[in-house]
Amino acid sequence: MSFTWNRKDLLSLYDLRPEEITYLLDTAEEFKKVSQRKVKKVPALRGKTVVNFFVEPSTRTRVSFELAEQRLSADIINMSASVSSLTKGETLLDTVKNIEALQVDLVVMRHSATGAQNFIAKHLKCGVINAGDGAHSHPTQALLDIFTIREKKGRIEGLKVAIVGDILHSRVARSNIWGLLKLGASVTLVGPATLVPKEFEQVGVRVCHNLQEGLADADVVNLLRIQHERQAAGFFPSINEYARFFGINEHTVKFMKPDAMVMHPGPINRGVELEGSIADGPQSVILEQVTNGLAVRMAVLFLVAGCVQK
Amino acid sequence: MNDKFCLVNGRVVDPARNLDEVMPVAVNRGVIVDAAKIDDSYRRIDCTGKIVCPGFIDLHVHLRQPGNVAAETIASGTAAAAAGGFTAVVAMPNTSPAADNAGAIEYLRQMAARTGMVRVIPCGCLTKNYAGEEMAGIGSLAQAGVLALSDDGKCIQDHSLMRHVMQYARSFHLPVLDHCEENSLKGGGVMHEGTWSVLLGMSGIPSIAEELIVARDIMLARDTGCRIHIQHASTAGSVNLIRAARKKNLPVTGEATPHHLTLTDEMVKTYDTNYKMNPPLRSEEDRKALVKAVLDGTITVIATDHAPHTQTAKLVEFDNAPFGIIGLETAVPLTLGVLVHKGRMPISKYVSCFTAGPAQILSLDWDLAPGREANVTVLDLEDEFTIDASKFKSKARNTPFDHWKCKGRAVLTVSQGRIVHSLLD
Repeated sequence: MSFTWNRKDLLSLYDLRPEEITYLLDTAEEFKKVSQRKVKKVPALRGKTVVNFFVEPSTRTRVSFELAEQRLSADIINMSASVSSLTKGETLLDTVKNIEALQVDLVVMRHSATGAQNFIAKHLKCGVINAGDGAHSHPTQALLDIFTIREKKGRIEGLKVAIVGDILHSRVARSNIWGLLKLGASVTLVGPATLVPKEFEQVGVRVCHNLQEGLADADVVNLLRIQHERQAAGFFPSINEYARFFGINEHTVKFMKPDAMVMHPGPINRGVELEGSIADGPQSVILEQVTNGLAVRMAVLFLVAGCVQK
Repeated sequence: MNDKFCLVNGRVVDPARNLDEVMPVAVNRGVIVDAAKIDDSYRRIDCTGKIVCPGFIDLHVHLRQPGNVAAETIASGTAAAAAGGFTAVVAMPNTSPAADNAGAIEYLRQMAARTGMVRVIPCGCLTKNYAGEEMAGIGSLAQAGVLALSDDGKCIQDHSLMRHVMQYARSFHLPVLDHCEENSLKGGGVMHEGTWSVLLGMSGIPSIAEELIVARDIMLARDTGCRIHIQHASTAGSVNLIRAARKKNLPVTGEATPHHLTLTDEMVKTYDTNYKMNPPLRSEEDRKALVKAVLDGTITVIATDHAPHTQTAKLVEFDNAPFGIIGLETAVPLTLGVLVHKGRMPISKYVSCFTAGPAQILSLDWDLAPGREANVTVLDLEDEFTIDASKFKSKARNTPFDHWKCKGRAVLTVSQGRIVHSLLD
């Protein structure tokens, strides 16, 4: 393949062409092998400096990025909002400009404001990798989801994927939708109308407010975490009622095809959106998603670092 | 030097007098005089091919002084007004401290007299510190010379208070200009709730947050008899409510901003905070409805909602940026483009949106009849140019229209008899 990656930033799957997504997935396959070796480290990013700047707190994504960077032999700095000068009133742009002035190659950033990474990437020469912005985008999560589906099902094109839960507030959903549509899957969004806006239909996805209908022909069921604070904001009456109508449990699992795979970006609310026994059952690929996340992030770091001007 | 002059050979469009013909307009010591009776001592300014109109009024301007003079001052804001063709601006009272008392109005009057390039028309708060809790001293504000009342930037949520405010304002013959927004529906929204907010994952401000209050205000106008003016109408629903109210001859008017007439919510996908304003840019359907409403006379006022912010304040994450953009120096070219060149709006109707329209709300006699204070705006409809924000007279640069190619602009501004802006030789 004569394809060359030429982006210094990874901000959203919305920006990528289908062949770019496929190239990322193929590269991740190579990096997955690294973690299966005795010596789980390659010198691909030796001499490169990566700053993990998590303005919004994160554990699993940060750990996954950090480990991916270590396995690529990069030098790493970790910053959170509480230790940065943002608490002293410095603007975000000033903070990242200062980071860049230290000759950093890549900034991996998470931020609670939609588009924060798009905003800073315009002003930086170093690469920016989006580790999640507001309810907008979480490209590496979607890539690892799609990687896992492709690995299990052998393809993406023609598959039917149901995403269930709080779509309105989910960057995971927004990233998966674009990635899956670009690679030829069809997507159904399932949940109550307060959490699944009908506007999504305008980009060619199906919106469904009934779990049984939504799951009926799905090859993949991706469940999103329900946050308790949405109840206080009046999006649904109670966690119990949500679980009863939109959670996957021993009763509702029967709505799924027997070979449908169950996914979850974590952390799981066991007994709310997903019954524990099903999370641990044969249909679940949840821990494999975590493993694949490492390979996908290594691939993203490697490709993006290759395009940063020095 | 500007004492005595005569604008000759221009097409005079004076909507309040139903006048549209080529004729001279003469000015002597700040007053329009009968051009038939002038002598050679008047400097002749050739306006061949230009439109000579009563001075443009911007009914909705934030001058930021006192309180945020880093963003704008009365001096810089009125200089921007002059450059954009405006001879008078209505200063919104949400300054810091707010213009909710006679002393604040006196300060504004003095500062405007000392530093202003165009007339500054004071507007007072409806409630103390525009907090929507206690009525402001509306009688004293009237006595101090305000021509309108507004809590712009905020909206009175308590319907009983709003009803009392409107009843009381009517006693002093003042119109109420309302920023229509229901707080619980607005929530933490940062852009229009619609396709683009859903796709981008941003908190939306639904159209009904505005429409619910527009409907309330219209009902209260009927109930109280107070004149209500809907500021920056932004949705198709608001426009329909205003149209129905005006058909019933209720005392209801509405304004549209140049940015709501030209832009849509899709632009937010750039994350440029110069597309963040309140009310937010709406859908293309809303934009078209707004243009139609101006063309069919449902909306009688174009106002900018000129909202200066410093670069520091705007160069941040979209969620964290303040709402608002500047508009004084781009309003005329943008609206000439969308309404006159594209929309085929008759020029007299267009001019009315900046003259007779706002003047009626402010109860001002505003035309080019001899004896009037000389406020004149001259338009060149054909002048092609590119907007260059770096050349703005405003202190602020928060505009999404930098580098836009435009056709038509104000080439001469006369405020209170003084030439305050001229692109003519």
